[in-house]
Amino acid sequence: MPIGIIHKMKAELKEGLKDGLPIALGYLSVSFSIGIMAISSGLTVFQGAWMSLTNVTSAGQFAGLAVIASGGTVLELMLTQLIINLRYALMSLSLSQKLSGHISLWQRMVIAFANTDEIFAVAVNHSKSLTFPYMVGLESLPVLGWTGGTVIGAAAGQVLPASVSSALNVALYGMFIAIVVPAAAKIRPVLIVVILAAALRCILYYLPWFSGVSAGTAIIICTVLASAAGAVIFPVPQEESEEKE
Amino acid sequence: MVYLYIFIMAFVTYLIRVIPLTVFRKKITNRFVCSFLYYVPYACLTAMTVPAVFYATKGVPSALAGVAAALVLSCCRKGLAEVAVGACIAVFLVEQFFM
Repeated sequence: MPIGIIHKMKAELKEGLKDGLPIALGYLSVSFSIGIMAISSGLTVFQGAWMSLTNVTSAGQFAGLAVIASGGTVLELMLTQLIINLRYALMSLSLSQKLSGHISLWQRMVIAFANTDEIFAVAVNHSKSLTFPYMVGLESLPVLGWTGGTVIGAAAGQVLPASVSSALNVALYGMFIAIVVPAAAKIRPVLIVVILAAALRCILYYLPWFSGVSAGTAIIICTVLASAAGAVIFPVPQEESEEKE
Repeated sequence: MVYLYIFIMAFVTYLIRVIPLTVFRKKITNRFVCSFLYYVPYACLTAMTVPAVFYATKGVPSALAGVAAALVLSCCRKGLAEVAVGACIAVFLVEQFFM
């Protein structure tokens, strides 16, 4: 392999690691609560860590732990994971459009493993088309942070005062806000889609007729409706969404 | 038994993530689909945050403080970690002194 390509790969990897660091720090605090919940659901520290390493999903793991703690069936477990995590299918589809054309099948299979909400959000905001070294860099530290935080939470979480764990609960939402707000402030159509999504989610949340709709399903419904409305009213100019190969 | 459950969770979650990424190897050229996928992250993150964030802490007032801190910090173009930590500190302070 020519030296130039290796240098470029190294630079991409480094850039990915740098972008992944804040996500990893955020995960370190958020996964604390996963660790605490793993212990209270009857898992060992190692099992909790193994779950975080293999799943890398906050809502899915919380729901899975609830099923395990209540002695639920395998079918119940599969259905909750499918519904709660189905949003990742939308994200993976969106991400697939941003990947550089040189990325092979096995590389896509590696990238898919840790396509979390935050990694996806940072990746689609990336100014260039996404390379494999960049994605590996972007994903590796957050996976470590997620697993490490779970271990710390499981091992030492019970000694954490309630006031601290209550405050840590907003860390994840803070990161979501940090991703959405700058884009919404700059791009008017994004702002309108965001307001629409929030309004729809509140309708499903507060109106009693929709009380049977699970959180995972409600998120998918709101995402699809608000994004589709945005696509109809404000179609994105072709060159902005992705350059052709 | 726990390991079987963990494996099933991981397997289902991975399939959801890997199928769209490997099936759609070509760039989608349909303008509606491209636009739709462009809005997905913002709509999805918003639907996950509102209104759940207001009930994530000990009470609504401290959650509001956390959201306010996150809004101000992200308008100042602070990074993800700074916004997240700022929101946590705001919640902590309000719960310590006012609740």
